[in-house]
Amino acid sequence: MLTLQFVPHSEITDLNSEKKIQKLLKIVREEKIILLEGKLHSNEKSELIRKTMEEIDERFKGIEIEELDAQAKDQAFLQKIRTVFINLLLGSRRGLTIIGPASIIKEIKKDPDKIQLFTEEQKKKKKK
Amino acid sequence: MGLFGNFLKKFLKALFAKKGQIKLGIYGPPNGGKTTLANKITMDWLGEEMGSVSPIAHETREIQIKEQITVKSKNKELTFNLVDTPGIATKIDYEEFIKQGMEEKEAKSRAKEATKGVIDSIKWLDDMDAVVVVLDSTKDPYSQVNITIIGNLEARKIPVLIVANKIDLKKSDIKKVQAAFPQYDVIGISAKVGTNIDAFYEALFKLTNR
Ligand SMILES: Nc1nc2c(ncn2[C@@H]2O[C@H](COP(=O)(O)OP(=O)(O)OP(=O)(O)O)[C@@H](O)[C@H]2O)c(=O)[nH]1
Ligand SMILES: [Mg+2]
Repeated sequence: MLTLQFVPHSEITDLNSEKKIQKLLKIVREEKIILLEGKLHSNEKSELIRKTMEEIDERFKGIEIEELDAQAKDQAFLQKIRTVFINLLLGSRRGLTIIGPASIIKEIKKDPDKIQLFTEEQKKKKKK
Repeated sequence: MGLFGNFLKKFLKALFAKKGQIKLGIYGPPNGGKTTLANKITMDWLGEEMGSVSPIAHETREIQIKEQITVKSKNKELTFNLVDTPGIATKIDYEEFIKQGMEEKEAKSRAKEATKGVIDSIKWLDDMDAVVVVLDSTKDPYSQVNITIIGNLEARKIPVLIVANKIDLKKSDIKKVQAAFPQYDVIGISAKVGTNIDAFYEALFKLTNR
């Protein structure tokens, strides 16, 4: 089951970089994909990479990070995510950062319909 | 590392910093051709290679330093310590190494060492005086690893030269690399074949204000 967790800007804006990264890594380690409102600073991203490296083992293979904004030149995979999610939940102009476990993103790349399936389930739930 | 570690690092750095010595770092994602370029440089100016090269990613897993390399052109001269770094990645999967023909045990220890290598590359960013970022120009330049490396250098005000490597390959696209990082000098080379390497050395003078 694919789980996405939306992390609004307000939820991390008061945290220092270390706490922010801890929080994000914790969610990823729960095998969830994070949709983070806004972007991380480059020093936060390098710190996130460093911490990720410390945690990599035979089961946890690391993370994937992507940023979506108006300038981004998307690949097919991102295009897909973007159209689905930006419409779904982003009224924000801050952009969106996706952070997910590398092994799960790999699965989605192999079979992008997994994303579609998930969002359809969500829509149904909302209607109820 | 903690406070003491940071202090120690600064102290050691001050102790060993000789006046006028430039640390030129070679950074980038795995497999872009950093070591191939480093070898080309040391071969051209010292007559020896500095590291091993492989089609399998994370071949370089420890920082490698070659001291006192002097590059000369008609009327200019530039001396630096060259630092070849492990490729930076957000993920490392030992199973990928197995797919490329490695034994399981070897693959697992390569992965473990590779994670440490990435950590060291990131730690060493602060120590660089100028950095050459080596990208494989056949690949999509808009990766978060590339953006993060270049963003960190920018934040630290460390001069950056972007090398679009592997222009000998048909899929190479220098323009795409240039478009991804419009505020930087991008120079297309083939580190392996040696194409455009003189222009690269000229760019090094410019990068270090020589
Ligand atoms: N065709 C072509 N191949 C190249 C070129 N430069 C490097 N390569 C090949 O790319 C692969 C990786 O080269 P390396 O120099 O080991 O790359 P690296 O960036 O040091 O990689 P890591 O140490 O793993 O981070 C090797 O198979 C090289 O032969 C080039 O200019 N053209
Ligand atoms: Mg190397």
